[in-house]
Amino acid sequence: MDRYLLIISTICFLAAVVRTGIALRAGVFRPGRFNFLAIGLGFVFQTAFLSLRGQALGRCPLTNLFEVFIFLAWSVALIYMLVGPAYRLSLMGAFTAPLVVLLQGFALIAPIDVRHPVKVPANSSLEFHASVSLIAYGAFALACIAGVMYLVQERQLKTHHLRSIFYHLPPLTDLFAAITRLLWLGFILYTVGIASGFFTGRPLPRVQVVAAIVVWLLYATILLGRYFRRIAPKRVAALCIVGFSVALTLLWGITFSAQTHSVP
Amino acid sequence: MNLFCVGLSHHTANVETRERFASGAGAESTLRAAGCTEALVLATCNRVEVYGASEKRVSTDEIAQCLLQNGELSDRSHSQGLPFYRYEAEKCVQHLFRVASGLDSMVVGETEILGQTKKAYQSARTSGAVGPCLHRLFQRAFRVAKQVRTHTEITRGSVSVGSVAVDLAQKIFGDLANCRVLVLGAGETSERTARALVSRGVTDLRVSNRSNHRAHELAQRVGGRSVEFNRWAQQCCEVDILITSTSSEVPLLTPTNLGPMLADRIDRPLFIIDIAVPRDVDPAVNEMEGVYLYDIDALRSVAEQSLAVRRQQIASAEAIIAEHVADFGQKVSCELTRASGVSGHPAVADSSLRPSQL
Repeated sequence: MDRYLLIISTICFLAAVVRTGIALRAGVFRPGRFNFLAIGLGFVFQTAFLSLRGQALGRCPLTNLFEVFIFLAWSVALIYMLVGPAYRLSLMGAFTAPLVVLLQGFALIAPIDVRHPVKVPANSSLEFHASVSLIAYGAFALACIAGVMYLVQERQLKTHHLRSIFYHLPPLTDLFAAITRLLWLGFILYTVGIASGFFTGRPLPRVQVVAAIVVWLLYATILLGRYFRRIAPKRVAALCIVGFSVALTLLWGITFSAQTHSVP
Repeated sequence: MNLFCVGLSHHTANVETRERFASGAGAESTLRAAGCTEALVLATCNRVEVYGASEKRVSTDEIAQCLLQNGELSDRSHSQGLPFYRYEAEKCVQHLFRVASGLDSMVVGETEILGQTKKAYQSARTSGAVGPCLHRLFQRAFRVAKQVRTHTEITRGSVSVGSVAVDLAQKIFGDLANCRVLVLGAGETSERTARALVSRGVTDLRVSNRSNHRAHELAQRVGGRSVEFNRWAQQCCEVDILITSTSSEVPLLTPTNLGPMLADRIDRPLFIIDIAVPRDVDPAVNEMEGVYLYDIDALRSVAEQSLAVRRQQIASAEAIIAEHVADFGQKVSCELTRASGVSGHPAVADSSLRPSQL
């Protein structure tokens, strides 16, 4: 039953992707309410899925790679719902929806929804650690999306070929300000997530600790470079994409290792 | 009721002819005296048009006569030879919708015409020359224009070099109020661009020119301050937008001399508008990180891209207009049918929007 909710949610996000694709193809891109509503509806179904799964498990649904991917997709949608309208980044929905579709589509198709044979006991501090870290990933994902938007606009400005989408993108400096804020938001949440991991009362696997510190250092470097004005905005935007790709790969590794060694 | 439009525009008449009739902008009262139940004169630099509704047909000659204040037409006794066009009923409705949507404008998709149409409507309404027929027609025209603007890209981008430059500045910096602008060379185009930037909120504007006197004069005209020409390079470290139009034979800015200036402003983009011929800025500067260089050809190319997109959108806009024309005609004929039922005029009972009647 809960998978049906997820399928409906994916269809909602897919509708936003299809509509954007059609508009871009026709050369008439208008970031209207449709994308926001489709993503909002998709978010509601995601939340319903996580809620049902959480009730069934009796804990935060982060017990396998499938649930981690869905929780990550939910975090991306959540941060978009919070940040997108606040910074008037309505076009971000057009970039957010494909990422969510990819994450959920992969989670639905790949055979990764493996239930644990024994019921996993609830551990509030461990659940807090995992969920805050994944919400931080949502902020990093949005920073990555804003980075893509920045690079698209920058490229068009450099080549003097301005396409329909250019006229609907936020100004370059506003976009960069949004990237910086998203990076800070993600970094603070991630720091809290990592720090809380040390207070779970359980020894953390070394590979998970190393991977988490690598991601933390990566984003710390980007933010320091930005703070001391050593990295140009275009590079920051590109690094957001690289950073999220690395973080996503390591997240996979962390979750896989957690699944094979112990229960998170 | 006959609904008609008589006029001349940039399509049919040169500016001399148009200005002879443009003085008839307040001719609604004369038109009503000539037999128009309702009348509205739309007079802009590109067109002079009369929209009217009358019980009996008012000839084009009579309309033209009303538009002229000095009676020169009466000497010629008729309007033959004058490039007037006349649209009636459905064609009139369609024409107005096209005009209000900017499809009939010299620059396709320009939005100024909608404001001018609203102003003309307001003026005619205040004077009592607009009745229910023109009221409904114009309200629908405003709705159509808005829909065309919302659902097509007919107004997308800018189509003049000056406005392209200003639009690009806004796309890079957002709010221009905090932008610092340096105008290098006191030419006419740079003055126009500087003025456009000031009108969009720029407050910190500096002017530098080989002749300090001219720099000072231009600075005063555009509300900026002059900077000595030998200090312009230092200013490049501070400014966000640089407009150059000097008559220098060699490029003033190259990657070699701009590189050190950019070192201290790594997180701030620099938008360079080079409108000089020969160019003041080496094209290789555009390859530098954070620098966006637009010379006169690049600006023109962007303007042409916008114009091409607008032209591509004409078909979509026409489709919207066609829908509204049909719907408007249907509604009006329904109302005429209802009215005839009440007043007992069988002649209009089966009328759709016929060629000469509404």
